[in-house]
Amino acid sequence: MMLDIRSLSLSIAVDGGPKEILHDVTLAVGRGEAVGLVGESGSGKSMTLRSVLRTEPRNATVTGAIALDGVDVLSLKGEPLRQLRAHQIAMIAQNPHAVLNPVLPISRYLVEGMHDAQGLSVAAARLRAGELLEQVGIDGVDRVLASYPHQLSGGMLQRVVIAGAIAGKPSLILADEPTTALDVTTQAEVMAILDDCRRELGMALLFVTHDLDLAAAVCDRINVMKDGVVVETGVPDQLRDHPAHPYTQQLMDSRPASIMWSPSDGSGE
Amino acid sequence: MFVVRRLLALVGVLFASSFLVFSAMYAAPGSPENFLVQGRTVTPEVLAAIREQYSLDDPFFVRFWNWLTNVLQGDFGQSLTNRQPVGELLAARLPTTLTLVLLAAIIIAVLGIGLGIAAGVRDGILDKVVLLGSSLGFAVPTFFAALLLMSIFSVGLGWFPVFGSGEGFFDRIWHLALPALALALPSAAVVARITRTAIREERDSEHSVMATARGVPARIVLKRHVVRNSMLPVSTIVGVHIAGLIAGSFVVEYAFTLDGLGTLLVGAVQRKDFAVVQAIAIILVAGFGIINLLVDLLYKAIDPRVGTKQES
Amino acid sequence: MKRFAARMGPIGIVAVVIVAIVVFGAVLAPLIAPYDPTIGSVTQRYLGPSLEHLLGTDQAGRDIFSRLLWGARSSLVGPLIVVSITAVVGTALALTSVWWGGFVDSAISRVLDLLFAFPNLLLAVLAISVFGASLTTAAIALSIAYIPYTARVIRSTALRERNLPYIRSPQLQGISGLVITARHLLPNVAPLIVTGATINFGFAMIELAALSFLGLGVQPPDADWGLMVSSGQQSLISGYPAESILAGLCIVITVASLGYIGERLGGRSAAGRKA
Repeated sequence: MMLDIRSLSLSIAVDGGPKEILHDVTLAVGRGEAVGLVGESGSGKSMTLRSVLRTEPRNATVTGAIALDGVDVLSLKGEPLRQLRAHQIAMIAQNPHAVLNPVLPISRYLVEGMHDAQGLSVAAARLRAGELLEQVGIDGVDRVLASYPHQLSGGMLQRVVIAGAIAGKPSLILADEPTTALDVTTQAEVMAILDDCRRELGMALLFVTHDLDLAAAVCDRINVMKDGVVVETGVPDQLRDHPAHPYTQQLMDSRPASIMWSPSDGSGE
Repeated sequence: MFVVRRLLALVGVLFASSFLVFSAMYAAPGSPENFLVQGRTVTPEVLAAIREQYSLDDPFFVRFWNWLTNVLQGDFGQSLTNRQPVGELLAARLPTTLTLVLLAAIIIAVLGIGLGIAAGVRDGILDKVVLLGSSLGFAVPTFFAALLLMSIFSVGLGWFPVFGSGEGFFDRIWHLALPALALALPSAAVVARITRTAIREERDSEHSVMATARGVPARIVLKRHVVRNSMLPVSTIVGVHIAGLIAGSFVVEYAFTLDGLGTLLVGAVQRKDFAVVQAIAIILVAGFGIINLLVDLLYKAIDPRVGTKQES
Repeated sequence: MKRFAARMGPIGIVAVVIVAIVVFGAVLAPLIAPYDPTIGSVTQRYLGPSLEHLLGTDQAGRDIFSRLLWGARSSLVGPLIVVSITAVVGTALALTSVWWGGFVDSAISRVLDLLFAFPNLLLAVLAISVFGASLTTAAIALSIAYIPYTARVIRSTALRERNLPYIRSPQLQGISGLVITARHLLPNVAPLIVTGATINFGFAMIELAALSFLGLGVQPPDADWGLMVSSGQQSLISGYPAESILAGLCIVITVASLGYIGERLGGRSAAGRKA
């Protein structure tokens, strides 16, 4: 397995003692595989992603093991950690308006990722930025590059973030509710782009969402999380037809009874 | 355009302020010329001269208009106490006040922002010191800071002079060093505190955390995301405080007996020399307004979101 | 009471105690001050601290401790006047502005903008030049200068509340604006007013003391902390800093304590506010 999380526990120090956010979380993502992490807010799914990137809160205590391509992520510091973040993992977060620095233009965001983080020359980074934006389906590339985040829509910004994420061809993409903040039509478009790019470049995906259907449409396997614990793991069909855990059953029951996406269709409307 | 609108607004405010300053004289009980004379016994000729100077025989708005046009041409009338043209008095005193305010402004910016950044970025002793210092510093009135510094460095150690503004460039700076420091101290404390808070907030902001998560080196994240963004609220506060130096300077000039506009103003108020008071008031309001305008423009230059309709 | 204590934290409690001591000292000055603050004997100049004169004497032989106690009165009364006037008028203007909106709001905002253009001390100095130097003139002038700041803060909060259903629905039912404002809007901005008043008190104290320092506020031979810093200046230069330093320290400690209390009450740093 490419990403191996074993017995990951995380607690935060608050007034009145440590509060446990993650408890003995174990999951794995294979090379090129799309794995879902589904649960309601507060289930700890975002924190799991942050632990892989080592951006957990300052006052958090982490135990367990996270291995990426055999490297123990939890023991990394300094330059090796930075290299890992720059070249092997990329994250796509929920609110692109918050992710991008509001006082810097889009071009700077992309060049920063490629030049400052990944070591490309500025000229090469600039060139590649344009190519990447085209790859994610943006027209008027020059205009977008010169724009500031507040001038673009959420959907457009999320595409920019995806462009930045795939720039270094990471082996793993961490997606934290990437489409939740977008309207339905845009959601579908952005998911499509993410999925296409991922498959094209053979990147693995750890996809966090509260939407079981969405996960089912995109992922090969799904982990269900509740209160900091992984309660069930399985392929979408299995979860749908034979949920082993009552919570999974609950999630299934509370879905809007509209479209049932079958995993074999890939994403689509 | 944004700049033009603000300039027009400033002109409007200055006009209204000058009206206020001008008509203040008439708020006092009794007739204007008696107020100007303040119970001193004067000859009828002097009274007539005063009526002439202030065109007290003319209707109110004509008087205001005459006064205003004179002021705009640099004629501020005559000082009642020593018959000198007020304009000359002002010109003689302006350099000291300007130098003082400029020095203090530099101290506020450099010391305040510098300490704030240093405290915000690390959690160490410096941070605790800055926190404590700023919590107390803002409560230290400028005049007290002036006397404290005077007591320790002038009277006690003899490193700096106790009064006067000095001659020549370096001598002047030496004389104005303590006053400028006293003037800057409470504001620098506030600026340091605000900067520290802003830096800490930006450290935890999503774009900074994500930049680190993307592998951007720590030093660059600090420079481009943390410090750069925190300068937005910080520049506003620094600007506000620099504008506030205008009023604070009176006090420091008085304490150190400097020959600036402030001491002139205080003296004029005590002697009821109203022409001087009016003139200085107008100049200070204009200075205040201009500095505030510059601060607004600076903020707009730093933050691309200002002035646009869509805000994230 | 216990919740208040928790909110203040240990340092906050110390701050509250300090303020309480200052207030008691001021109120009880006539009873506990050992000497008359304005009378001194020339033979008793510059005495150091002793059992008879707890903090020594100044250049006119007056007991410093008594002067500090009596000085607390004007140093507190002035800011109290300022804060009261500012709170009442500022809130009234803000709420009127918000309730009526439109033309009234614009008109009031224009007037406030004009006041914003004047540095506080300058407005006070201007008023003093017309009406004469006294604590009352200074206090009233300063209140006028502070009103726009308070009004602006209250206005923006009230503006948010104004369009919420709990205000709109009584309005639609025809209940008078005054009643709605008093019964619904006011309680919601009340905490803001209190926090603002606490912090403004500190700033007013400093600015009034500055005016007294310049000889434009409290007049000698009355005792006042700001005035004492000024009258002690010559002594300080001659090597007897007691009067100035002690009076100044009183100001610093009181204002810092108030600032800390205001910060704990309102959740924002006092060092981060400008009157």
